[in-house]
Amino acid sequence: MSEIVFYIISSLIFLSCVGVCTSRNLVHSAVCLFFALFLIAGLYIMLYADFLAAVQVIVYVGGILVLIIFGVMLTNRLEKPSIDISSFNQLTAALLCIFLFGIQCYAILNGNWVNVDYPPTENTSLEIGRLILSKHLLPFEIISILLLGVLIGAATIARKKR
Amino acid sequence: MISLESYMIVSSAVFCLGLYNVMTRRNAVAILMGIELILNAANINFIAFNRFNGLPILDGHIMSVFVIVLAAAEAAVALAIIINLYRNIGSVDVDDARTLKG
Repeated sequence: MSEIVFYIISSLIFLSCVGVCTSRNLVHSAVCLFFALFLIAGLYIMLYADFLAAVQVIVYVGGILVLIIFGVMLTNRLEKPSIDISSFNQLTAALLCIFLFGIQCYAILNGNWVNVDYPPTENTSLEIGRLILSKHLLPFEIISILLLGVLIGAATIARKKR
Repeated sequence: MISLESYMIVSSAVFCLGLYNVMTRRNAVAILMGIELILNAANINFIAFNRFNGLPILDGHIMSVFVIVLAAAEAAVALAIIINLYRNIGSVDVDDARTLKG
C-alpha cells in the first residue's frame, strides 16, 4: 500500500518539476512549483517527519511561493500580453543534467548505505524542540540573528531610492 | 518497504531538474524557483538519511529546519534584489544585468 502511494507521489513530483522547467509562462511554473512543494511535504509524512511536513507547507507553500508570485507580478510589464520567458542552451543543459543524474543513480545504487528501518520517533516536534534548545542552541541563535538581518536588509534593498 | 535508495533517486531527480532550470532560464525569478527545488532535494536527502540511519536521533530534521529558514531568507533577499534590478534596468533578464554601475 505505502509503495503505491510512494510511487504515485514520486511520479507526480517528477511531473511537477518537469512542468517548472518547461513551462513557457512564469505563472504556470509557479503553480507547478506549488504542487511540487506540496507533494514533497507528502514525502516527508511518509518519512515520519510530521513537524517538517507542517513547516514545509507553512513556510514554502504559504510564504516563499506567495513571495515568488509577488515577484512575478511586480517584475513584468503590463503592456506585454503574456509573461513569457525565454530559455537557452537547452540541449547542452539537458545532456549535462542527464549525465549528472546517471552518475548519481550509479553512486546511489552501488553505495553501501546503512538501511535500518528503525521504529519512528513518536513525537518529533517535542524532540526537535529539545534538540534546538540544547544541542543546537548556537546555530539556532545565529540563524535568528540572520533572520533579523534579512528582514532589515531586504526592506533596505527593495526601498525606492530618491 | 520503501528503501533509502528510492528516496535518494527521487531527490536526485528533483536536484537535476532544478539544476536544469537554473541553467536554462534567463528570467531571474525562474532561476530562483530552480534554487528552491535544489534546496528541497537536499531536504529530502537529510530526512531520508535521518529516517534510515538506525539511531533514535533527529539531527537531520534540525538541519532541514535550518535549510528551510535559509531558503526563506534567500528568497526574501533575492526578490528584493530582483525588484531593484527591475527598477534600474527595466527587465529581470539576467543577461541584461551586466553593468556594475548602480
